[in-house]
Amino acid sequence: METRAIDWWVGIFVLLGIAALVVLALRVGNLSGFAYDNGYVLHADFNNVGSLKTRSPVKLGGVTIGEVTHIGMNPKTYMAKVTMRIEPAIKLPIDTGASIYTQGLLGEQYVAIQPGGMPQNLKPGGTITMTQGAVNIDQMIGQMVFSKAEGSSKASGNQ
Amino acid sequence: MAFLDFIPQMGRRTLQTVPGLGAASRFLLSSLLSIFNRHFSVQQLFRQIYGFGVRSLILMVVAAFFTGMVLGFQGYYALVRFGATSALGTLVALSLLRELGPVLTALLFAGRAGSALTAEISSMKATEQLSAMEMMAVNPLAWVVAPRLWAGIIAVPILCAIFDLVGIFGGYLISVPVLGVDGGTFWAQMQSNVTFSGDILTGLFKALCFGVVVTWIAAWKGYTARPTAEGVGNATTLSVVTASLTVLGLDFILTALLFS
Repeated sequence: METRAIDWWVGIFVLLGIAALVVLALRVGNLSGFAYDNGYVLHADFNNVGSLKTRSPVKLGGVTIGEVTHIGMNPKTYMAKVTMRIEPAIKLPIDTGASIYTQGLLGEQYVAIQPGGMPQNLKPGGTITMTQGAVNIDQMIGQMVFSKAEGSSKASGNQ
Repeated sequence: MAFLDFIPQMGRRTLQTVPGLGAASRFLLSSLLSIFNRHFSVQQLFRQIYGFGVRSLILMVVAAFFTGMVLGFQGYYALVRFGATSALGTLVALSLLRELGPVLTALLFAGRAGSALTAEISSMKATEQLSAMEMMAVNPLAWVVAPRLWAGIIAVPILCAIFDLVGIFGGYLISVPVLGVDGGTFWAQMQSNVTFSGDILTGLFKALCFGVVVTWIAAWKGYTARPTAEGVGNATTLSVVTASLTVLGLDFILTALLFS
């Protein structure tokens, strides 16, 4: 085969490989997920983050408005400190609440925002104070079983 | 006392294997480094990338397409029992990117290009072309072996990236239009669970290692083949068998190292 044709084919081959890598990165690996890069930062301290991860969604009324960028520990209060990036168009009042919920029964966890009613808005870098951490299903079952057992023992004591 | 022959035979085997591995390593290193030799020709390298890469492309695309479609089907029937078909995209993408892409690319490459490489080098040896080159002060490692080794090392990761992409597309075609999984969930779940460096790049790194190993084994088996018609045939068979088994074994080690 002629050298020039081979050069063409090898060039096309290498380009195909690079194109495949780019598509994989953007479409499959979501490297384009810097959608909230221009968003502003908010913090929230939770007593328990459950299995919340970096890049978990932040939702308001079921609509994703941001993502979790960092999860750390507040050394003074021993609370988990969650840092989020929120879309700049969404301004949240200072009495906004944040909770960690689970999508479905076994789905991934996300931060749900409940907007408050105060006229002042949270500034970038502000902290959401009203928080509710992830619900621990094991603990809940334990409590339920315990209270059931307590109730039945009382009932038998009355007899 | 025939069974006592077993002991000296074991010793002889060991004495053959260990220096053989050393010689093969020296062969690999000096071939790879002879890219700086004046007999190394970029034109030859391109010719080999064309032969190994471009001409394997259709094979890889067809294999990847069917692999992805089967993954979509099997994953669906496994997940639908738990009502977890939303995880189908993740399952297809991770299986392809982490395991099936690199391993199947390497196995197909060993069969398609590795066997041809062994047959070519061993018949060059059988017809004394390699000795003729040495007589003309042309280094056969630089002129014959190095372009083929580098071509394999360059071509396998590229083929693997194409394999991954086509496979995921095949899985998508079965999952979404045929089996009725929600398309948005398919991609969104995939995107939130696949990481670029952790899954895509490590998969391609695996493919790179397999590319080195497959072409190394193929070239070495060809280079050390007995210079007879039978030797060429034996070397070709042995090259595919050894390369395939080494890829599977190495895959286990790499998986344990990279994904733990």
